[in-house]
Amino acid sequence: MSGPSDYQPSHPVLKWIERRLPIFGFMHSSFVAYPTPRNLNYWWTFGAILSFMLAVQIVTGVVLAMHYTPNADLAFHSVEGIVRDVNYGWLLRNMHAAGASMFFFAVYVHMFRGLYYGSYKEPREVLWILGVIIYLLMMATGFMGYVLPWGQMSFWGATVITNLFSAIPFFGDTIVTWLWGGYSVGNPTLNRFFSLHYLLPFVIAGVVVLHVWALHVAGQNNPAGVEPKTEKDTVPFTPYATIKDMFGVTCFAILFAWFIFYMPNYLGDADNYIPANPGVTPAHIVPEWYYLPFYAILRSIPNKLAGVVAMFSSILVLVFLPWLDSAKTRSCRYRPLAKQFFWIFVVVCILLGYLGAQPPEGVYVVAARVLTVYYFAYFLILMPLLSRIERPRPVPNSIADDVLARTGSKATPMVSTVIALVVGGALLAGSVQNARAAEETTPPRNQWSFAGPFGKYDRGALQRGLKIYKEVCSNCHALSYVAFRNLADPGGPGYSQAQVAALAAEYKIKDGPNDQGDMFERPGRPADYFPSPFPNEQAARAANGGAAPPDLSLITKARSYERGFPWFIFDFFTQYQEQGPDYVAAILQGFEENPPAGVTIPEGSYYNKYFPGHAIKMPPPLSDGQVTFDDGSPATLPQYAKDVTTFLMWAAEPHMEARKHLGMQVFVFLIIFAGLMYFTKKKVWSAVH
Amino acid sequence: MTTASSADNPTRRDFLFVATGAAAAVGTVLTAWPFIHQMNPDASTIAAGAPIEVDLTPIAEGQDIKVFWRGKPIYISHRTQKQIEEARSVPVATLPDPQSDESRVKSGHEQWLVVIGICTHLGCIPIAHEGNYDGFFCPCHGSQYDSSGRIRQGPAPANLVVPPYQFVSDSKIQIG
Repeated sequence: MSGPSDYQPSHPVLKWIERRLPIFGFMHSSFVAYPTPRNLNYWWTFGAILSFMLAVQIVTGVVLAMHYTPNADLAFHSVEGIVRDVNYGWLLRNMHAAGASMFFFAVYVHMFRGLYYGSYKEPREVLWILGVIIYLLMMATGFMGYVLPWGQMSFWGATVITNLFSAIPFFGDTIVTWLWGGYSVGNPTLNRFFSLHYLLPFVIAGVVVLHVWALHVAGQNNPAGVEPKTEKDTVPFTPYATIKDMFGVTCFAILFAWFIFYMPNYLGDADNYIPANPGVTPAHIVPEWYYLPFYAILRSIPNKLAGVVAMFSSILVLVFLPWLDSAKTRSCRYRPLAKQFFWIFVVVCILLGYLGAQPPEGVYVVAARVLTVYYFAYFLILMPLLSRIERPRPVPNSIADDVLARTGSKATPMVSTVIALVVGGALLAGSVQNARAAEETTPPRNQWSFAGPFGKYDRGALQRGLKIYKEVCSNCHALSYVAFRNLADPGGPGYSQAQVAALAAEYKIKDGPNDQGDMFERPGRPADYFPSPFPNEQAARAANGGAAPPDLSLITKARSYERGFPWFIFDFFTQYQEQGPDYVAAILQGFEENPPAGVTIPEGSYYNKYFPGHAIKMPPPLSDGQVTFDDGSPATLPQYAKDVTTFLMWAAEPHMEARKHLGMQVFVFLIIFAGLMYFTKKKVWSAVH
Repeated sequence: MTTASSADNPTRRDFLFVATGAAAAVGTVLTAWPFIHQMNPDASTIAAGAPIEVDLTPIAEGQDIKVFWRGKPIYISHRTQKQIEEARSVPVATLPDPQSDESRVKSGHEQWLVVIGICTHLGCIPIAHEGNYDGFFCPCHGSQYDSSGRIRQGPAPANLVVPPYQFVSDSKIQIG
């Protein structure tokens, strides 16, 4: 490929292999001796970061696939089984879900770096186009992966995106039916998405090989945009770039760990904790944050086919960039006009992302249209225009000259742009949260014992909450993902095995058929799950005026609501993520005898201050004195609300304490390791600086 | 890879490189553990493998039943007096896998034989009440077990395994 290597291994066995398959020489010339420009900045570590993330996603994905069931009736349950029962299952799931977001974050940084420094220009056009292909494959993979948990957003996101293809004239509906494998999104769709989701990452890996090959033919671009001329311009890839990349990966891993261990649901949608229901569409269908800008472009065009064409075009236009921008100067560092328009473009992309999460009404629509025009104008009008009229500044003579001229001033631009990007990224990611911001009264914030990085469940509250569930809630609400044995697990209510066995034995569990073919009842065992009060959903509806009481196993995660801008930025740093528990506690205490003036509640419903629409079918379930506690805690409604909500938070996330505990250990390790890597990098590079 | 001036401490640089390398190695091993451990049985599988109780009253003398525990078939035989005597009359030293009948049953409950029905050769399920020894016969490769579940002839190397069990009452056992 490249690299000045007449490498011959010294060991006779390696020599034997080398003669028959020269893999060691190949590795040496590509990744050890390979000449790398010595003036690369940290934006160039994102290639290695992306390779790392692809490996992480493949490894965690393969391992998750050992426990996942791709059937519409079993998928949601199998994901909960992974999180609750598989050893470290919660960790693997968080790594894979957060990993997808981190993968896209890194790819956007990588792409913007390419735009800014002109890495798409001659002779790197094919390298750039291979990158666009990788990006498209990533989008397909991410979309299909999100469908697999088969939550509400999985199902309805699949419905919306597959329906896009119905815009194609003549063949549209045939194609959609072909994609679905049926008359709507269903089990055939899920099965094939699982197969393709497993396949595509390996296709991505193959295209990445081509991408790195194309890169090695041309050599890396560099911040000055001047090709290497002499040996003074480059350093061998190992150890210089290797060590620097490892340091970059470690810093990235710290951000990754923040999501995995402390904010696992920040980037997701609460509705995906509700099993898919083909009969109920969520109030706001929002894709994951990394698709938002394209979603905004799609919705800003009032015509169905034109909107779809615009959305796909917004990605395909990237392919033509090397020909749209024919300026001789590569790097925007020396292109004062192009540089400004570039930063405006970055802001436009972030704002488009924000708008993609807003309801398509009023000023949001107008803004999205304006920004869509800028998006296309940037590529189709500005780039060609600037190529002709812009007068660039003089570029350095060589990379070596560039390094000498810039010594000392390199650090600051990187730090400030990192901060800008983190804030921008947080804005974009958090804007998903804005979709359902306070249309109703916001629930009051409570102090929860489990909040924050050192949060723990209050054992007493868990036990009292269990009592409330058993005596009151269980009459109508199931808790079917919680088994009696979980009550003895660490990080939970802390019952002993004997107490759990006794508690289980109080329940009558339906079992069978016996040898006569009949179903029978037997006392519960620790392995059994809390039984549902109704045999099926129809019975639940019939007994409750047409509204089925939801299963409470995941309710505190399913009822999280979004806080608008700018609160979601602060929440990212303060780790506030207790919106769900605040909502549940508020509902329990939010009943009012008399609705406010002018508000009418239909017959059979009750007024609740915090319930969306204010008319809830559930009568006030709790009141003072209803449940007495053995530990003497006050028998008041606020106490009940606090305790049962704490219990339900544990039911939704039994491994929270383990997650935070391991997170602290991982953070300590990563920070120490990042420090070691930093000094190692400095030491290695001291020879060159 | 040139070093600038090596007049000062080469050992400090080495210490840094060794420390970083060691931290990387430790980190890699610790990271690998969850990926390995996730393949071990998960909590629901372990819970499903909890001990089971079997009621012996429906099993008549000379009869046997097969129950499943942890995915394995378990024969529970109500032995006749003849079968018990046959099992006890064999000189233990002549057996391919020497074991006395007394050690394979619970004292006071000698008529009950509880064995895992998996041939110790290559894992097929032997058929009860077959073979020359009024015990079990494995159709796959011809191993023959006696009325105490011990191997008498054939390629199997060991006696049928006795699972952990105890009598919670005269008519009920708990397996596991």
